[in-house]
Amino acid sequence: MHYVIIGAGPAAVAAAEKLRVLDEDGQITMIGSQAQQPYSRMAIPYYLTGKVEESGTYLRRSSDHFESHRIELVHGEATAVDAAGHKVILGDGSAMAYDKLLIATGAEPIIPPVAGMDDPRVQQCWHLEDAERIIELAKPGARAVQVGAGFIGCIILESWVLREVDLTVVEMGPRMVPRMLGEKAGNLLKTWCESKGVTVHTGTTVETIESTQNELNVVLNNGEAYPADVVIVSTGVKPNVGFLQDLDIKIDQGIEVDEFMQTSISDVYAAGDCAQGLDFSTGETAVHAVQPTATEHGRVAATNMATNNSFSYKGSLNMNILDTLGLVTSSFGAWEGVDGSDSAEIYNPDNYQYINLQFKDDVLVGANTVGYHAHLGVLRGLIESRVPLGVWKERLKKNPVGLMEAYIGVTQEVAGSA
Amino acid sequence: MSWSEKILRVDLGAGTCTSEPLNMEWAQDYMGQRGLATKYLVEETDPNVDPFSPDNKMIIATGPLTGTIAPTSGRWSVVCKSPLTGAIACSNSGGFFGGELKNAGWDMIIFEGKSDTPVYLDITNDKAELKDASDLWGKSVWETETTLRERRGDNDVRVASIGLAGENGVLYAAVVNDMDRAAGRSGVGAVMGSKNLKAMVVRGTVGVKVKDPMAMMKTSNTAKEILAENAITGEGLPTHGTQVLMNVINELGALPTRNGHDVQFEGAHDISAEAMAEPRESDGEANLVSNAACFNCPISCQRRSKIDPSHFTVKDKPEYQMVSGGLEYEAAWALGAACGVKDLDAVTYANFVCNEQGLDPITLGSTLGAAMDLYAAGAITSDDTGGHELTFGNTEVFVAMVDATAKGEGFGKELGQGSKRLCAKYGHPEFSMTVKGQEFPAYDPRAIQGMGLGYATSNRGACHLRAYTVSSEVLGIGGKTDPLVTEGKAGLVKAFQDLTAAVDSSGTCVFTTFALTGDDIAPMIDAACEGDWGVERLNEVGERIWNMERQYNIAAGFTGADDTLPERMLKDIAKTGSAKGSVNRLDEMLPEYYQVRGWDESGVPTQDTLSRLSL
Amino acid sequence: MLKALRMDSDTCTGCHQCEMMCSYGKVGAFNPAKSVMDVSLYNGGAVNIPSTCTQCEEAWCMVVCPVEAITINPTTGAKEISAEVCVGCKVCSIACPYGAINYDADSGVVTKCDLCGGEPMCVEACPTPALAFVDKDSTGYDRIWNHVTADLVDCDSTVRH
Ligand SMILES: Cc1cc2nc3c(=O)[nH]c(=O)nc-3n(C[C@H](O)[C@H](O)[C@H](O)COP(=O)(O)OP(=O)(O)OC[C@H]3O[C@@H](n4cnc5c(N)ncnc54)[C@H](O)[C@@H]3O)c2cc1C
Ligand code: SF4
Ligand code: SF4
Repeated sequence: MHYVIIGAGPAAVAAAEKLRVLDEDGQITMIGSQAQQPYSRMAIPYYLTGKVEESGTYLRRSSDHFESHRIELVHGEATAVDAAGHKVILGDGSAMAYDKLLIATGAEPIIPPVAGMDDPRVQQCWHLEDAERIIELAKPGARAVQVGAGFIGCIILESWVLREVDLTVVEMGPRMVPRMLGEKAGNLLKTWCESKGVTVHTGTTVETIESTQNELNVVLNNGEAYPADVVIVSTGVKPNVGFLQDLDIKIDQGIEVDEFMQTSISDVYAAGDCAQGLDFSTGETAVHAVQPTATEHGRVAATNMATNNSFSYKGSLNMNILDTLGLVTSSFGAWEGVDGSDSAEIYNPDNYQYINLQFKDDVLVGANTVGYHAHLGVLRGLIESRVPLGVWKERLKKNPVGLMEAYIGVTQEVAGSA
Repeated sequence: MSWSEKILRVDLGAGTCTSEPLNMEWAQDYMGQRGLATKYLVEETDPNVDPFSPDNKMIIATGPLTGTIAPTSGRWSVVCKSPLTGAIACSNSGGFFGGELKNAGWDMIIFEGKSDTPVYLDITNDKAELKDASDLWGKSVWETETTLRERRGDNDVRVASIGLAGENGVLYAAVVNDMDRAAGRSGVGAVMGSKNLKAMVVRGTVGVKVKDPMAMMKTSNTAKEILAENAITGEGLPTHGTQVLMNVINELGALPTRNGHDVQFEGAHDISAEAMAEPRESDGEANLVSNAACFNCPISCQRRSKIDPSHFTVKDKPEYQMVSGGLEYEAAWALGAACGVKDLDAVTYANFVCNEQGLDPITLGSTLGAAMDLYAAGAITSDDTGGHELTFGNTEVFVAMVDATAKGEGFGKELGQGSKRLCAKYGHPEFSMTVKGQEFPAYDPRAIQGMGLGYATSNRGACHLRAYTVSSEVLGIGGKTDPLVTEGKAGLVKAFQDLTAAVDSSGTCVFTTFALTGDDIAPMIDAACEGDWGVERLNEVGERIWNMERQYNIAAGFTGADDTLPERMLKDIAKTGSAKGSVNRLDEMLPEYYQVRGWDESGVPTQDTLSRLSL
Repeated sequence: MLKALRMDSDTCTGCHQCEMMCSYGKVGAFNPAKSVMDVSLYNGGAVNIPSTCTQCEEAWCMVVCPVEAITINPTTGAKEISAEVCVGCKVCSIACPYGAINYDADSGVVTKCDLCGGEPMCVEACPTPALAFVDKDSTGYDRIWNHVTADLVDCDSTVRH
């Protein structure tokens, strides 16, 4: 059995390792187009701040890791898939035959259609190479404008501040991280950033970027303009599926997959940022483009590749955690609530604390937090296990901070009050 | 190490919080907690200050072992001048507040002045701030703690606060932490209230370091082993709590009953540890739900209790139908035997009210007993009590009076003054079972002679926790002595007083001394703290502290004449039990006590003694 | 035979001595705030429940880590964090459905139970039978795991080695 994986990111690596566990003898090939060892985009912010070197971003530490697991790493770019012939076509024109194929090519940043985006001082922050460019441009004292305050934008924001650049953030949405945080949480985060000396514009777009020899000038739709030495664009991503254009495969926001992570073509699976898989909370499909979903996709896809679709996946819970200049925010599942849900909330803006829990009947379905970083995982546990909270729901409504207690309380069936 | 070497000084008048270094010379001489805080009080205040004036200070203190791995290291103290006695007040509490304060990096908090409006102190590590508590004023300890925890959005904060009693100036109001642990005696809560300070909330994540961690582990482990193997600390206290004593002391005939008229109580079994553990007839559940521990304590003598929800005291009050701190022996005695009440759930309810509103159950029960005595003598009538028949053993009226005292309503206001003032007002000062104005607890000095001397000479007024000679006279720890004999008791009391003063200043619990001797405790202090700490030094520090407290009291106007017991203990014979026919023979012990203390005949420390102790 | 922590709520008195020793082992000071063993109090302190990482088979934290900062110690079976490798991204802390791995802002990395290399200090500290280091199969973890694994990705119970 030859398993071929296109991509060498977290989804790909998780899948390859899983395949090795499930199929001792199978042949596993991972095709990656990047120059480096398989690495994590997630670690790039820490590379930017100098916390880790390039090797610190690698998905696996030992240099012979893949070799010792008999996972063959092929450096190259897939340019097409010949599903009928069970072949992947590579950039050098060669073809690689597969029995089962996994597409884990991730995503690429979207560059908004704004004049001036093609200036070399306008940078995305997606690849290690981008990070190197940014390190050159974002010298201490430099003026930077970051376009986009989505979750990745908020994570990398810290890197600029640590690099002592003078930062302005422009976000089109009504608040920071609008797709992950509700109004109170998003605004709390904004106040926090401002208190740390970052200028934040929400509900604002960039009209144009004017460039002169010495500097850029970022013109906003509110009439303001910011001179800048570097502009970082972080306005969302689109799946890396260009090479599939000739293939008759269902693609919506990403490659559509079923509960086995299989695409519309048999023996072809997809995982990670390029895949539009089942969402645990909605029952529909969605592209999450986050690490936990990518690794889980990889493992589920591998399981089904090796076992003829034996494992039906309930979908991934969209979840995220951000540390923005020391303020930790998180979001889980249906944080906006669902039809007929009710909620529990604490809101202490003075302490930058916020918790919002969303319940459907007595089951937790979503959450937002600001300013907490202890035991957050139980939110996942409570949501994904769909455990009825019983008396603990009322207690959580009175004091949402008692999450860990509630979690242990329900799972270990503690009676009485907290 | 293992002092944080930092004091937080809070000027309530100015609204400021400032950090200052701990006087390390004093720390070497007075260790921490009781001793060190008293040293600061002595140096910084006039012993004749009105306890409720802004010039009285209130000091919150941990000991060097507080927050370390030494078993029972959760202790902390409140020191000030007592409004109940006019003498030095030092009240000790457990729970988790003390460890948290130490972990926030503070050895002590000195509160001075008075705030114009209600405030609370909010501490997160080195950050300390006074905040508005107007909305908390009028709230119980339970509500205050819950509100502050929610306001801080952190379930790990620890709170110490006062309830209505402290706000209303009940002279025996307590400072309560962790819902039901209390610095209970001598009215420290009233002093807190007089300063308009409602609560302290603390979160500490700094960590506590010790001089020699390996030695600390080793000595602490040894201590823990001894505590585990000991019949009292390893078995009796975890299983029965201090209530293990109720039947023992009653059988001995040393259970002061109905304001000291009797020494045995026919209802003792009903309010004993054994009864707490028995399923009730009414609902088939036991009063005792479980035991529990204070911070870092292997003994876990705490009682967690629940009242039958259909009991008359709580049936319309759901807030009392949950689990709270249950009866300690002294509380069960005071709220039970001293008043002739034998309804366990009613006594537990009274105890819950003490937790909730911050009252000392010993003084409350003893004052109620005295009031019943006044009623029996016709000195007060139902006109005074708001129509209530305040007879011994009248459970409903007892409960009503407890509620009234907690809330400061009607006759409760008078009960809130303690038995000394109450009995004086109604013409029978001899009915007050107090020494220096503070009620004595659950051991009758007629049947345990040493306890009589202990009460008479205790620096904070009558108290069992200054020299718990019961250990020797009843339990036989460290050599059994005859409780009916006076000989040798002077030395025994002194030895207990000194070691206890040292332990109370260390940050650990005096209950360890059921099993541990100075030889076991000193090595832990030595491992934790700078300096050489042997057992002699420990005793010397204890003796120094004792004499310092004595000096404070003398300066505050106390004399040898105040080293006495209520007449009833000296003149009325015990009617039953092992001491049948006897009284306490204080006069046989006191002169010898002065002598072993190195005090003159009037009870004043001699120059030699003072200089020997570098005072 | 691999051993694991048995945590028993019936006998726990809530004294927090485990947290004291744990924090000492982790940060060299007595500081319950830094303990990875946590004791929660219930019912007015009548019930006390110790909890920490159960070294679960799925190791959600480990599989999600972007930089392989979490690995299995071959002798103890514990999932251990390398503070040198961890970049502090916290994604493991939301992935562990038991809330057993937490970010420590002071050190900038996450912390979790590592079984102290095979001699857990919390067990050493515990004065009651509440904590014990026993045969991995006699811990009663099932009741904890079942709640979560019943519905999460249980496509396997074998992790990468
Ligand atoms: C700066 C930054 C910070 C982030 N922080 C977080 C975070 O804190 N938390 C979180 O959950 N997520 C975070 N993410 C998102 C997370 O990194 C992605 O969700 C995750 O990397 C997706 O993994 P993947 O394997 O699907 O795709 P990728 O990691 O994008 O990997 C795709 C792989 O496919 C290869 N490839 C692409 N096209 C081809 C081709 N045609 N032929 C061969 N190989 C190809 C690429 O070289 C790469 O190896 C962050 C992302 C960035 C950029
Ligand atoms: S930290 Fe959580 S996910 Fe990781 S091994 Fe422990 S229980 Fe499992
Ligand atoms: S916080 Fe550290 S251990 Fe956890 S996932 Fe991130 S890098 Fe790995």
